[in-house]
Amino acid sequence: MPLAAIAYETEPIADKAHARAQAEPVASLTSITKRYAANTALDAINLTLRPGEIVALLGPNGAGKSTAIKLLLGLIGPTSGTVRIFGSDPREASTRTRVGAMLQVSRVTETLRVREHLDLFRSYYPHPLPVAAILDIAQLHGIEDKLFGQLSGGQKQRALFALAICGNPDLVFLDEPTVGLDIEARRALWQQIRNLAAQGKTVLLTTHYLEEADALADRVIVLHKGHVIREGTPADIKRNSGGRTIRCRTTLSRELLQAMPTVTSVTCQQDSVCVIASDAEAVVREMLLLDASLSNLEIAIPALEDAFLALTSS
Amino acid sequence: MPASAIANAITAPNLPRIFRKETRYEFLKLLRTKSFSLATIGFPLMFYVLFGIANRNAYAGTVHIAKYMLCGYACFGLIGAALFGIGVGVAFEISAGWLELKRASPMPVAAYLFAKCASAAAFGLVIVVLLTIIGIAFGDVHIATSEFAKMLAMTVIGSISFASMGLLLALLVPSNAAAGIVNLIYLPMSFLSGLWMPIRFMPHWLQSFAPALPTYHLAQLMLSIFHYNDTISLATHWNALIGFTLLMLGSSWLVFHNKEQNA
Repeated sequence: MPLAAIAYETEPIADKAHARAQAEPVASLTSITKRYAANTALDAINLTLRPGEIVALLGPNGAGKSTAIKLLLGLIGPTSGTVRIFGSDPREASTRTRVGAMLQVSRVTETLRVREHLDLFRSYYPHPLPVAAILDIAQLHGIEDKLFGQLSGGQKQRALFALAICGNPDLVFLDEPTVGLDIEARRALWQQIRNLAAQGKTVLLTTHYLEEADALADRVIVLHKGHVIREGTPADIKRNSGGRTIRCRTTLSRELLQAMPTVTSVTCQQDSVCVIASDAEAVVREMLLLDASLSNLEIAIPALEDAFLALTSS
Repeated sequence: MPASAIANAITAPNLPRIFRKETRYEFLKLLRTKSFSLATIGFPLMFYVLFGIANRNAYAGTVHIAKYMLCGYACFGLIGAALFGIGVGVAFEISAGWLELKRASPMPVAAYLFAKCASAAAFGLVIVVLLTIIGIAFGDVHIATSEFAKMLAMTVIGSISFASMGLLLALLVPSNAAAGIVNLIYLPMSFLSGLWMPIRFMPHWLQSFAPALPTYHLAQLMLSIFHYNDTISLATHWNALIGFTLLMLGSSWLVFHNKEQNA
């Protein structure tokens, strides 16, 4: 594949990543194995978070995402391996004051007001954000005096986000942060997450929305059955799994297309055909030579969702 | 990393403030949870009015039944607040993932436990104060200020003791069954220890069972304020209550660590 074609999207990220690689890691899992009785949740994985980056942890249910976050938060201990946050043990109180977390909570204490929850959580931290700033960031203005039980699903998520950032932490863990949010609220929260990174804070998020990882993450780590199966920028992941998608109208037969070099799949949709190939340029060149009437040509990097499915469907 | 060194140097949490806020919000939470506050305060008051005040002119020897039952329902009330407030409350917070979120925060675990315990004790005190007012106003009960102060002190001690039992139950019992299981333990134990009616009115074979129950020893210590206690020495009652509390705390600690190992 000619590198020049993709250089425009990888170069700035590569520079940023290079600068980060020089910095001390904010958090790391080193050859971590975590076993529960019979099954192995994480198998000898390594994971490093560097200052100011947003990392998305992707994987199907049971891949080990939540286990990884709980290990990093010091809520559980590893079977073997080392967990380090800011160079020390995640269970230490001085470490926890620099970390904020949004976990999946099925029910929060419902008879306290949003403002009261914030007041309590702020008191745990030595240098919390001002209440007004928290309300701004989490968009809780107007509902701060409501009881938690009276909030809608999306408002509850935003209140939990507020609890995660209220202590002005340097490292933020967000487990499925935008579940239950409508598109507008989701995009607003993405902007706040980007703002955190812009302030030099490090964010690790897990998500089911691949669009979210694509829109937010500097780096995506794909977990599957306790292993890291892929790691890279969203663009890397898309490019390295299944190639690119060529869509066009053509008179060429399906069998002929299937036989072209590097083609992995051919599907027909109404009057157009969809070809997935890792060397898209070569395939397109050959198709144009063979079919002068070829029209409506589109070449696209597959959605992260497709790349993700390709990676985990083995 | 110099940044972390600076951050560590200035990380001095204001512990008294955390304890105060944690306790205040725990108490507010319980007070606003009507299913808890109405039941734990309402039932002892209702039972005392029905069974205690109705006996305001009844005496068994020198024992004034309404005053005797004030002690019984004081214990019944404070134990209920501790077992439901902590047993059911903490079981719920564990299953909902809320305790996990709090443990991930820099909240000191001691502040959490203190807040639960202090809130249970505060509810116990509210119940005992209300019971005493009802007893004095309608039950012809006479209590010296010093006796009342001893009752309040005993309420706090009893709350701490049964808070430890609530904690163990919370760690052992699934949250959706917690209220039912607490009732299954709390109600028979209260009845068998003579908290609802003086134990001397119960069949003899049931009476002999009572000293095996922690509730009985708490009740006898409460009754001893008015010299209504049985013939067993006070030291024995104290030892039994303290032993029970330590057993509950020790078991909770073991269960908690066992869970953490397997988590």
